[in-house]
Amino acid sequence: MTGGTIVRRAAPARMAYWQALDSGRILLMAAAAMLVVAAFAGVVALHPAHVNFQAALAFGGLIAFGELFRLALPGGREAAPIAMVGAMAYAMLFFLPSGDVSYDALMVVAVAAVGMAVGALPHIAAGRSAGLTGMCTRLVAVSCVAFIFRPIVSAGIGHMSWEFQFSVVALVFFVGWLVDTLVGALIRADDVGARFSVAMRDEMRLQWPLGLAVGASVLIAIFGVMRMGLLELAVFIGPLLVTQLAFRRYAGIRATYLQTVRSLARVTEVAGYVEAGHSRRVSRLAVAVGRGLGLAEPELLALEYAALMHDIGQLSLRDPIPGGATLLVSPADQERIAELGAEVIRTARVLDDVAELVRYQSRPARGHVPPPPLGSMIIKAANAFDDMVGSSTDRNRSAAALEQMRLSPVEYDAGVVAVLAEVAGRRVPSRL
Amino acid sequence: MVSRAARVYIFLVVSLAAVLVAFLVYQAAMSGHVWMQTAHLPVPHPLAALITLQILFLVCDSGTTPMTSRQTRWSPGSSATLAAVVLLGPLFAALTGAIALLSLPRHLQLAGRLFNAAMYALSGLAAGGAYIACHGLVGLPDSGNFQGILLAFAAAAVAHVIANHGLIWGVHRLNRGRGMWRSDGLESSRALLLASDLGYACLGLVIASLWASMGGFAAPLVLVPLFVARWAMGQFTEQQRAYAATMNALCQAVETKDYYTRGHGDRVSRGAVMIARQIRMSTERTEAIKFAGMLHDVGKLGVPTQVLQKTGKLNEDELAAIQLHPMRGLEIVRDIGFLFEALNGIMHHHERIDGRGYPMGLAGHEIPEFARVIAVADAFDSMTTTRSYREAKSIEFALGELRRGAGTQFDPVVVEAFIAAIEKQPWQLPAPAAKPADPATVTVKDHDDPTAPLRVVEP
Repeated sequence: MTGGTIVRRAAPARMAYWQALDSGRILLMAAAAMLVVAAFAGVVALHPAHVNFQAALAFGGLIAFGELFRLALPGGREAAPIAMVGAMAYAMLFFLPSGDVSYDALMVVAVAAVGMAVGALPHIAAGRSAGLTGMCTRLVAVSCVAFIFRPIVSAGIGHMSWEFQFSVVALVFFVGWLVDTLVGALIRADDVGARFSVAMRDEMRLQWPLGLAVGASVLIAIFGVMRMGLLELAVFIGPLLVTQLAFRRYAGIRATYLQTVRSLARVTEVAGYVEAGHSRRVSRLAVAVGRGLGLAEPELLALEYAALMHDIGQLSLRDPIPGGATLLVSPADQERIAELGAEVIRTARVLDDVAELVRYQSRPARGHVPPPPLGSMIIKAANAFDDMVGSSTDRNRSAAALEQMRLSPVEYDAGVVAVLAEVAGRRVPSRL
Repeated sequence: MVSRAARVYIFLVVSLAAVLVAFLVYQAAMSGHVWMQTAHLPVPHPLAALITLQILFLVCDSGTTPMTSRQTRWSPGSSATLAAVVLLGPLFAALTGAIALLSLPRHLQLAGRLFNAAMYALSGLAAGGAYIACHGLVGLPDSGNFQGILLAFAAAAVAHVIANHGLIWGVHRLNRGRGMWRSDGLESSRALLLASDLGYACLGLVIASLWASMGGFAAPLVLVPLFVARWAMGQFTEQQRAYAATMNALCQAVETKDYYTRGHGDRVSRGAVMIARQIRMSTERTEAIKFAGMLHDVGKLGVPTQVLQKTGKLNEDELAAIQLHPMRGLEIVRDIGFLFEALNGIMHHHERIDGRGYPMGLAGHEIPEFARVIAVADAFDSMTTTRSYREAKSIEFALGELRRGAGTQFDPVVVEAFIAAIEKQPWQLPAPAAKPADPATVTVKDHDDPTAPLRVVEP
C-alpha cells in the first residue's frame, strides 16, 4: 500500500440506505426478490382447490409471530428462531389429520414471504430496522428446504415408517441450516471485513446451539401437528418463547458487559491520564487489525477488552503522563504500567486471557522468547499509531506514523503494521 | 438447618402425599384396572411409559439451572409429570413426581429429598385431579379429542404450578433465612419463574401428542430444546458472574487513587442493597442499586489529585471541582445499559432533603429514591472508616449522626430502614486502615463525611 492512498475520510453522518449496501447484500436481496415473484406467480396460477388455507394461515401466523419476536445475538446478529421453526415445519409438513398437504415449494415461499413481511411491519412502524438482510437469508434457506422436500412429499413419504420420515426431515433441515449459516457468514464477512473461512467458523460456533433447538422444534412441530392437527402449534408456542427468553437474557448480559467495559475504560480519559477517545479508537483499530489477521470472534472479544483497558494501569500512577501518550515514557515505565493494568484485570479472575494481552502490550515484537501474544503486538501497534496520529485525519501524519513503525521492525511486527496500514486507509466499519 | 415449624410442615406434606398415593393405589387395585385410561387409544405398555417419564423427570431435574441468584433454581421436571397426567392419569403422575426422591442434586439432605418427592407427587395429583375434573381424557390424544384435552390440560398446568409454588412458599415462610431449599423461586424474579414454568408445562402436552407417533422417543426429542435453553441459561449466569467480577475489579482500580476510600464503593453498594431489601425494592431495582452504589463515586477520578490532597481550606473553584464529581460519574456510566434509575442515583447522591445539596439542589421527594438510599449508605461508610484526619467512628455514633441528619440531610424513611436492616444483619466493619506507606495516596478531604463538611474560605 502506498502512502497516497491512506486517506481517512470522515464518514458521512448518515448514508442513504442503498449507499450502505454492498454487492453480497444486493445479490442476496435479488435472489430473494426473484423467489418471491416466482412464488406469487406460481400461487396465483394454482387452482384454489389445491390450497390448504388453514395450514397456510396457521404457519404463516407462526412465521409472522416469530418475526415480531426476533432475537438479538452477540455480535450484532439478529435471528428469528420461532419464524424459522414455522417456515421450516411448513416446508416439510407431509401429513395432516384433516386436509391436503400437496402444496408445492412455491406456495411455501409465498407463505413464508407474506408471514415475514407481516411480522416485520410492527418493527418498521416502531422505527426499528426492518431486518431485510436477515429475512432474505431465512427466505433463501427455507426455499432450499422447500424445493428439496416438496418433491419428497409427492413421492409419498407419508406412507413410510416414522423413523424414516424423522431421518429425512432431520437431514433436510441440516442442509437448510447450512445454507442459512453460509449466507449469514458471507454477509458478515462482507460487513466487517473478515475472511470468509473465519466468518463461517464463527457463525457455526455461535449458531449451532440455536440451530439444534430450532431443528428439534421443527421435528416436534411436524410430528405433533401430524396427529393432533394445527392446534398443536398453539401449545408449542409457550416452550418456544421460554427457550427464546433464555437466549435473550444471555445476549442481553453480554451486551451490557461490553458496554460497561467500554464505559469504564473511559475513566482514564476523565481522570486526564489519556486523550479523550483514545481507548475507543485503539480498540476499534485493534479489532479491525485482528480481523484482518484472521482472528476468530472469541479472540477478537478478548482483544477488544484488552485494547479498551490497556491504559487502566495508569490509574495507579501518581500523576498523569503529560499528554497521556505512553509512547513517550521510558520502556521500563511502559512495562510497569502494563504490569499494573494486567494486575487490575487479573483480580476479576474471569479475564485472564485479557490480562495476558495487557501485560505484554509494551513488549517488542522481536528479541523475546517466547514472543508476545499476537493480540499484544496488535495493541502495541494500534496504541503507538493513535499516540502519534490521535483523532487527526491528516493523511501525512498517518503515513509518517506508519513509516516510523515500519522502520523499527524489532518493536512492531511487520505483519501487524502491514494490516494496520491497510485498515487505517479505509473507513473502520462501525457495524461491529 | 430446618426450623421446628418447617419440620412439622414437611412431615405433614410427606404424610399427605403418602396417604393419597396409597389410597389411589388401593382404589385402583380394588376396581381391577390399574391404569385408568378413558381415551379411545390407551397407551401401550403403561409401565414402560411410566419408567420413561420418570427417567425424563430425573434428567430434567439433574442439573437444575441456577437462575438470577444462587438461591433460585429452575427445573423443567414438570413437563414429565404433566405428560404423565395426560397419558397415564393422576396416580402415575404422582409416581412420576415422586421419583424426585432419587434425584441427585448436591448438598440435598434427606428431609429436602423427601419434601421434594412429596411436593412433586402432590403437584402431580393436583394436576391430575384438575385434568379429570375438566373432563380430560386419559390416554393417547388424537385430533378428534385434542381440543377438549387442551382446555383440561390448561387447568392441569395451572394446578401444577400453584401446588408446586404454594408448597415451596410454605416451607420458605416457615424456614426464612436458612438457605438449603432449591427451587425457592418465590424470593426473586417470581414473574419470570412462573412464566417459564407455565411455558415448559406446555411441553407436557407436546410429549403426550408426540407419543402417538413415536412412543417413548418423544422424551429425548423434547429434551433437546430443553437442554439448549438450559445451556443458554447457564451461559447467562456465567456471563453475569463474569460481569460482576469485572465491575468489581474496575471499581477497585478506580479506588487505588485514594488510600483511605479503598473498598468504599463496595461497602456503599452493600449498604444500599440492605436498605433496598428493607424497603422491599424489586429484584431488578436492587440489582441496579448494587451497581449504582459501587460506581457512585467514579466521577471523583475527574477531580484533580491536588484538590483531593490539599490540606487546609478549599477555594471556590476547588470546591466546585469536587461538587462536579457526580456529573463526571454520570458522564462515564451514561452509556451502560443500566436502569435509568441507577444513573439518577449516581448523579444525585449528594443532594440533601432540605435542598442544600449538590449538584442540582433538589429537595425532598424531588430527589430520586436511589439517590436518597445511596446518600445514607455513603455517609455511614464514610463515618465508620478511618480518615487521615480522624479515626473511624463507632457504628452507634454513625447511626446517631444519621438520625440527627434525618429530615435535613437524609430521608428519614431511608435512615430508619437502614437502622432496622443493621439490627437484623450486623454490619461488618473493614479492618482498620494502617498508615499508608506512600503518602501520595492520602486524601485529606472526604467530601462524604457529614461530621466534617467541606467549607469554602472567603478570599
